Amino acid sequence: MSDDLRELYQEVILDHGKNPRNLRQPEETTHCAHGHNPLCGDQLEIFLNVGDDGLIKDVTFEGRGCAISVASASLMTEVLQGKTEAQAKALFDNFHDMCAGDEEGETNVVDPEIEDDVDRLQVLSGVRQFPMRVKCATLAWHTMKAAMEGRRAVSTEDED
Amino acid sequence: MLIMERDLNESSRVLTVQEAEADAYDVERVRADFPILSTQVHGHPLCYLDNAASAQKPRAVLDAVRDAYETTYANVHRGVHYLSERATAEYEAARTKARRFLNARHDNEIVFTRGATESINLVAASFGRAFLAPGDEIIISEVEHHSNIVPWQMLRDSHGVVLKVAPISDDGELDFEGFENLFTERTKLVAISHMSNALGTIQPARRIVDAARARGARVLFDGCQAAIHLPVDVQDLDCDFYAFSGHKIYGPSGIGVLYGKAELLDAMPPYQGGGEMIKTVTFEETTWADAPARFEAGTPSIVQAIGLGAALDYVTGVGKERIALHESDVLGYATQRLSAIDGLRLFGTAPAKASVLSFTMDCAHPHDVATVLDRSGVAVRAGHHCAQPLMKRLGVTATSRASFAMYSTRAEVDALADALESVREIFA
Repeated sequence: MSDDLRELYQEVILDHGKNPRNLRQPEETTHCAHGHNPLCGDQLEIFLNVGDDGLIKDVTFEGRGCAISVASASLMTEVLQGKTEAQAKALFDNFHDMCAGDEEGETNVVDPEIEDDVDRLQVLSGVRQFPMRVKCATLAWHTMKAAMEGRRAVSTEDED
Repeated sequence: MLIMERDLNESSRVLTVQEAEADAYDVERVRADFPILSTQVHGHPLCYLDNAASAQKPRAVLDAVRDAYETTYANVHRGVHYLSERATAEYEAARTKARRFLNARHDNEIVFTRGATESINLVAASFGRAFLAPGDEIIISEVEHHSNIVPWQMLRDSHGVVLKVAPISDDGELDFEGFENLFTERTKLVAISHMSNALGTIQPARRIVDAARARGARVLFDGCQAAIHLPVDVQDLDCDFYAFSGHKIYGPSGIGVLYGKAELLDAMPPYQGGGEMIKTVTFEETTWADAPARFEAGTPSIVQAIGLGAALDYVTGVGKERIALHESDVLGYATQRLSAIDGLRLFGTAPAKASVLSFTMDCAHPHDVATVLDRSGVAVRAGHHCAQPLMKRLGVTATSRASFAMYSTRAEVDALADALESVREIFA
């Protein structure tokens, strides 16, 4: 196996791909959106439950797709638990830059509160070497952002 | 493929041993004609198995394109100057080659388009407008590429025709009884792919035409895959329209063919308006040129048409029957190798099929499969193959597809099978 394949399909990714966390319908939902990648047909649904205090109480997802998109959705639901909307937005920006930014290391100054989560998401950085797969990794994140912004549906072909 | 096996048996009876040896298909010699095949991908020799999406180009095509730009290029059908005459002659010679390739009766039955998609859109817009009334019915099938679904849906929405979908069996063959049951007295057109791009299954074209004829319906075949892999004789088939793309048959992209029976094309209104497609224009009134010019508004894909002519010459020169026999050998070997892989499921297993293997693996999504294969230099398509309704019918969101061409080899099949084993190592 080549090094970049090993880098892409790390144990953590394979694990989350096979045993996704928070793959369920939530009990209560304040925001949800449907994400679609028309290139491969992958679809997923992201559900958020944001409390009155502005904290994300629960994030879950449903859908199926490739190992990268499922692992990315699964990891996302884990890191977003208990975050503020602003922190979720900052994590989105960091993740997006990590996967598809122009230069490595150009990421914004990281709020110390989410530094550990940014580190945790580094496991998906191998996707940079696979331009055709970047959208698999970012689908869940774009869908989460759409849900936050009150949009019901998003397609990877609408976003960069 | 039965037809071709019979042809082989017949020809082997008349060949001497020496002649038969001289006639043996030398795939390495064919490969030497395709410069791109010596490319290295991620440190491995390129193993290009995405031919159903688009085929690579032989030097004969590359040279024809270059030569046209360097020696004969000008606009066609307009100038009286030397280059325009030469370009026009070359462009029209390509039309004659396409006519011979399909064994159409007349050159004016060959319309050059941008590709099969435009060919089908042309028929939907022009034939649809002229010959179909609201409530008239069109039959397509579950196996169709989006390009043979969406134009008819658009006609349905704009014109009120009714779209009916013929079922296929689990192994990808047309359910003929189900198909015949769809006919009513309002059925005016059957539009079906001669060979499935997603599965490789071959539909019984003659029976389809006979069934339609018996009920007074016209027939269009999407021949994108069949034109490459099967003998096609539009007079023998007696179909009304036949569409294919240049880029899948080793020619340039941006050029395609629509065959239409002369009496139909002559009766059809233009598809687009512009230069070239007129006889006279005044601000009050315009009269249309005869077919095929009527359907070729604007400057056509001149050099691409010349390149397509060169591609058809190349394929005919090697011999379509010999190519089909070779591809059938590679497909048979691939079927056997892939069937032996744990957790691999083949789709489209009907006996009448050619050059395409669609499959899923229980341990990995088709996109992950394609990514791992790519790192071994093996190029396959992963996705819905522009046939989402078919994927739904088969109960999957996507498959991986290996598709073979005249230059494919058993060694490439081995590389594919080995790479699929490494998919299992990672994901299983």
